Amino acid sequence: MSNGSCNNCDIEICDLFTPRFDVERFGIQLIGSVRHADLLLITGAMNKKSIPRMKKIYEQAAKPCLVVACGTCACSQHMFRDSYNVGEPLDKILPVDLYIPGCPPKPEAIISGILKLVSKIKKGK
Amino acid sequence: MSHKIIVPIGPYHPLQEEPEFFQLYVEGEKVVDIDIIIGYNHRGIEKLSESKHFDQVAFLVERICGICSSSHPYAYVLAVENILGGEQNIVPERALYIRTIIDELQRIHSHLLWLGLAGHFIGYNTIWMWAWKYREPVLDCFEIVTGNRNNYAMFKIGGVRRDIQDENIPVLKKTLDELTPALDLFRGAIMDDPVIKARLKGIGILTKEQAIDWCVVGPTARASGVNIDIRRDEPYGVFDRIDWNVILEKEGDIFAKTIVRILELYENIKDIPPGEGIGRVEAPRGECFHYIKSDGTNQPVRHKIRAPSFMNVASDKVAAVGGTISDATITLAAVDPCYCCTERVAVVNKRDNRKVMNGWDLIKLSQQKTLKLKEQYYGRPK
Repeated sequence: MSNGSCNNCDIEICDLFTPRFDVERFGIQLIGSVRHADLLLITGAMNKKSIPRMKKIYEQAAKPCLVVACGTCACSQHMFRDSYNVGEPLDKILPVDLYIPGCPPKPEAIISGILKLVSKIKKGK
Repeated sequence: MSHKIIVPIGPYHPLQEEPEFFQLYVEGEKVVDIDIIIGYNHRGIEKLSESKHFDQVAFLVERICGICSSSHPYAYVLAVENILGGEQNIVPERALYIRTIIDELQRIHSHLLWLGLAGHFIGYNTIWMWAWKYREPVLDCFEIVTGNRNNYAMFKIGGVRRDIQDENIPVLKKTLDELTPALDLFRGAIMDDPVIKARLKGIGILTKEQAIDWCVVGPTARASGVNIDIRRDEPYGVFDRIDWNVILEKEGDIFAKTIVRILELYENIKDIPPGEGIGRVEAPRGECFHYIKSDGTNQPVRHKIRAPSFMNVASDKVAAVGGTISDATITLAAVDPCYCCTERVAVVNKRDNRKVMNGWDLIKLSQQKTLKLKEQYYGRPK
């Protein structure tokens, strides 16, 4: 879910599903509705207009739904922190389970982050 | 008139990567009107830019858009160089070539990306997978040259930030040469495919007159028969020195020319004299425009950006109306929209959702503020 991003993280996320990275072989799929999702990837610097939408989408998700801050913007608002149209940081709005920094994070970084999260869950933490 | 039904596309829609809100007014299957609501991605970049110094702005504008992340900084440095005496006069020749290479590499990856997404939009995922598979080597080239797959940080006022290493040039050439057969494959698979023809011919038409009326730019305009391209009409980089068809068809050829150029790359410019500058770059989606006003300090006073999608997305109003709902998504996507570039501000009255201030009102407001500030600092004009 893009929330005031420059599109770069979003493209890298889509890239995960194309032949070189192909995360579908791990059973990870990009889906159309958050109601079917186990994990919500959020990018962008928290645009004031889309924050309410983001909250609504998170409320619609079946719980437990993990939240991943993908990219430096979502982790720390990056260079947009001082902007008049950027609200609170993501982790003040939703409970974030994983931070993937990078501008944009490489697809390898996203995969490695998600796998770490999966193994953490398997250990029951 | 029959009852109109509103079908929303967005702001978060499975087909869109970025948030943007299209309201389709439909009668049966037919789209009769469309409203485009923007602002879900607005980050106030122009204002932010006015609080940073000239060197920092290049990094900021790079993050306007992730796909055309060389067009924006390029247009920006061109605008600043316009104040300083013109790109061709102050930038070393090798840097001009490197700028051109980065700009063209970006165009390849951006067009491949759109091709893939377009395939995805019409439900032809094979095209998506193919296009993005062949896009990867181009991103590898970027990684070799700049150290990052996107957001290259290559542009600097007066030159480029880093050189293309001589030992990397054969690798780049080879990668790009290998791309040619892939492009041939696409040409065959898309242009000769009867199914794609049946799906895409004759929908979402934008006539030449409409294209001019709505000021569309880039491939959207050229597809409607409007012959514009900033690279030819107002050449920057080395676009006036190289044989165009060669670049557009076999991208590898311009690399050979860079080998013979050895020039220093880093040139420090500390202070920008007062003045105004305009930079225009032909981004993959069309003309990208940056305006800089400098007052002699190390920060821009006014930075105005107009990205190509801002003009192109608006043309959906004519292109999508009259089509069916099922055609709307691909029509909206056909201009290769980049919503993060498009975001603007309009002051809206929340109760009835009507615009209470347009651009001119905002300009008037800001003029009043300038007057007030002037009075505060210099006293009342006599």
